[in-house]
Amino acid sequence: MTTQEIHERLKARFGEDVGPLSEPKADAFCVVKADRIVEVCRFLATEPGLEFDFLEDLTAVDWPKRSVIEIVYHLLSYRHHHTFVLKVEADRAAPVVPTAEGVWKGANWFEREVYDLFGVTFTGHPDLRRLMLPDDWVGHPLRKDYQEAGGWHGISNVRENPLVELKRLDDARRAEAAAKAAPPTGTEAAPKA
Amino acid sequence: MDKLILRRVDQSNEEMILNFGPQHPSTHGVINFLVETDGEVLKRAIPDVGYLHRSIEKIGEIVGYPGFMPYTDRVDYVAAMFANEGYAMAVERLLKLEVPARAQWLRVIANEFCRIASHLVGVGTMTMDIGAFTPFLHGVREREVINDLIEALCGARMTYNYHRIGGVAFDLPEGWRDKALAFLDHFDKFLGEFDRLISFNEIFVKRLANVAVIPGPMAVNYGLVGPNLRGSGVDWDVRRDMPYGAYPNFKFDVPIGKGFFGTTGDCFDRYYVRCLEMAQSSRIIRQALETLPEGEISAKVPRNIKPEAGEALARVESARGEMAYYVVSDGTNKAYRVRVRTGSFSAMCIIEDVSRGLMVADLVALISSLDVIAPEIDR
Amino acid sequence: MAARTMDPGVGGDVTLLHTSQLDNLINLARASSLYYLTFGLACCGIELMQTGGPRADVMRFGAIPRASPRQADFMIVAGTLTYKMAERAKLLYDQMPEPKYVISMGSCSNCGGLFQLGYSVCKGVDKVIPVDVYVPGCPPRPEALTEGLLRLQEIVRSEPWSTKRRPKATGGA
Repeated sequence: MTTQEIHERLKARFGEDVGPLSEPKADAFCVVKADRIVEVCRFLATEPGLEFDFLEDLTAVDWPKRSVIEIVYHLLSYRHHHTFVLKVEADRAAPVVPTAEGVWKGANWFEREVYDLFGVTFTGHPDLRRLMLPDDWVGHPLRKDYQEAGGWHGISNVRENPLVELKRLDDARRAEAAAKAAPPTGTEAAPKA
Repeated sequence: MDKLILRRVDQSNEEMILNFGPQHPSTHGVINFLVETDGEVLKRAIPDVGYLHRSIEKIGEIVGYPGFMPYTDRVDYVAAMFANEGYAMAVERLLKLEVPARAQWLRVIANEFCRIASHLVGVGTMTMDIGAFTPFLHGVREREVINDLIEALCGARMTYNYHRIGGVAFDLPEGWRDKALAFLDHFDKFLGEFDRLISFNEIFVKRLANVAVIPGPMAVNYGLVGPNLRGSGVDWDVRRDMPYGAYPNFKFDVPIGKGFFGTTGDCFDRYYVRCLEMAQSSRIIRQALETLPEGEISAKVPRNIKPEAGEALARVESARGEMAYYVVSDGTNKAYRVRVRTGSFSAMCIIEDVSRGLMVADLVALISSLDVIAPEIDR
Repeated sequence: MAARTMDPGVGGDVTLLHTSQLDNLINLARASSLYYLTFGLACCGIELMQTGGPRADVMRFGAIPRASPRQADFMIVAGTLTYKMAERAKLLYDQMPEPKYVISMGSCSNCGGLFQLGYSVCKGVDKVIPVDVYVPGCPPRPEALTEGLLRLQEIVRSEPWSTKRRPKATGGA
């Protein structure tokens, strides 16, 4: 089934809550209202003829200019060999999206990762903890405005340029060699005639 | 979460919470498990990952499109060719580039060699985790020859950086074809030897059959991919079912788990599917070397790569299953977002549920049969 | 002709002069049986495995992999060290018995390497634990790691007892 046909079936079932199909540049997608996303997912996963049994990817993209975080769902059907892309837009200040964990178990960790790196809260998620970063990490690094905190637990994140230290050693060695070569007389080196 | 190393929950029973990893020889890299046990039986094992989270996706937004290629090697260092190819294909889709035929063929040859090398490490470390050290050395011995071949092809032993956006970096060196064929002749015999040595070993089979069974529907629901999915009896291979590159030109079988010595989807099935896949890879390389077309090895690509705004997803069948790159472009010379979907990530996700009721020693078998590697989980 | 000068490090300690031959013997024994803690973190971990494999065969130099830090003489930090892992690395190092050494293998553990740009990567293992030998490369070939081991053996062999590392005194002002 083509992307167009799948989108038409979604439109017929959910009406205005499913946005128009994007102009296809490489992959076309459609934007779904956040509070209907679980219903849309369950419909796509179970409806005969669609049967998207495989959640290929769930990730997010941060758009500070539009002040939204997009959650992107890539779906694939093993039975029918077709794919579809859904998007949900969440407010950047307090992003909240219902969880798709009830539809595909695999969403569990994907959502935890998005929570960790983007700070999106998935309501109804059974175990929403940080996945990649330590529990006491501050901030969500994949947001565009993330600032590095400068190390962690006293480990500095600055690394001095090794060339500076090498040059210092080199200079010291050179000075030593020069001191050895010059006769250790009381007077300064003889004035050049 | 408690960071205690050992805690007696109650004096009257045998319940314990143990830390398994992150430095542990059989966790395959740095993965930590919080293991709740009742005596020798697991109540559950909670994976705690992120010890190798190297912020690769963020770096993809900082360096330019061609500059990200070496980083993709590090996403999956055991099978780096696929990570290269997936990224190259995603950017090619954004640029609407057509890759020349010879480059497609070279990609297939390099990929399949890489798949063999990766599976050798996979099954080798698995036997080592179960307690047999010799098969691992056999695997590494063969892998060294593949490393030599790939080194002759692209100059590196494991972080290849061979694929380029629009093609590949180097053509085959002189005499490479004969050496590759000679190795394959030897390798086909080696596979039989390996089976006799370990695969059908009575103890090995007893140790793996009927352990940690993942039924097909469960595997699909959790998003398992690749050999792990096929081990559960689901007949799906991106190379065959959603073909890309030169794969439609070759004949090969997709081995699936049939419950060789027990239930479909047990540890032995996942192990043996990998052994069977190596033979198929060898078959593909022979066909590709035979039909290798002449021509360019790279399309004409502008020096400053600037795809128009849009997004693309490209999927390849890596040694650990489907690997998908999702690249969002905003029209500049740097990607707006790079995302890698890897097989090990979903494989880790399933461990918490599958591990209920296993013996502690079987957890090691489960982890190694899923063939997870840490950087693919954490990136 | 310059006169040979005594090594100022010995400082006229009479007993040490007598034990210098014994030093050589003990150091030879120590250098030829260095057990290493396998600490494969990332890509370099695979090359570390290959180094123990049949071709590079690092065991012929007496280096045998140990899984437990309590039985290890030195530690090969092979791969990218993240902040989350850095604390565990320190813990493992503290568990090793004295005298102990560290080989830092690969650019990532030397200085952060490719991942200098990353927010979660520790910029070099020497921020956390002292390093004796740095092996450059991304990843270093097994031959390079073998060279690193030989350099470490040199260090061990030339170590006089008086300056041998001891655990720092704890407690007290």
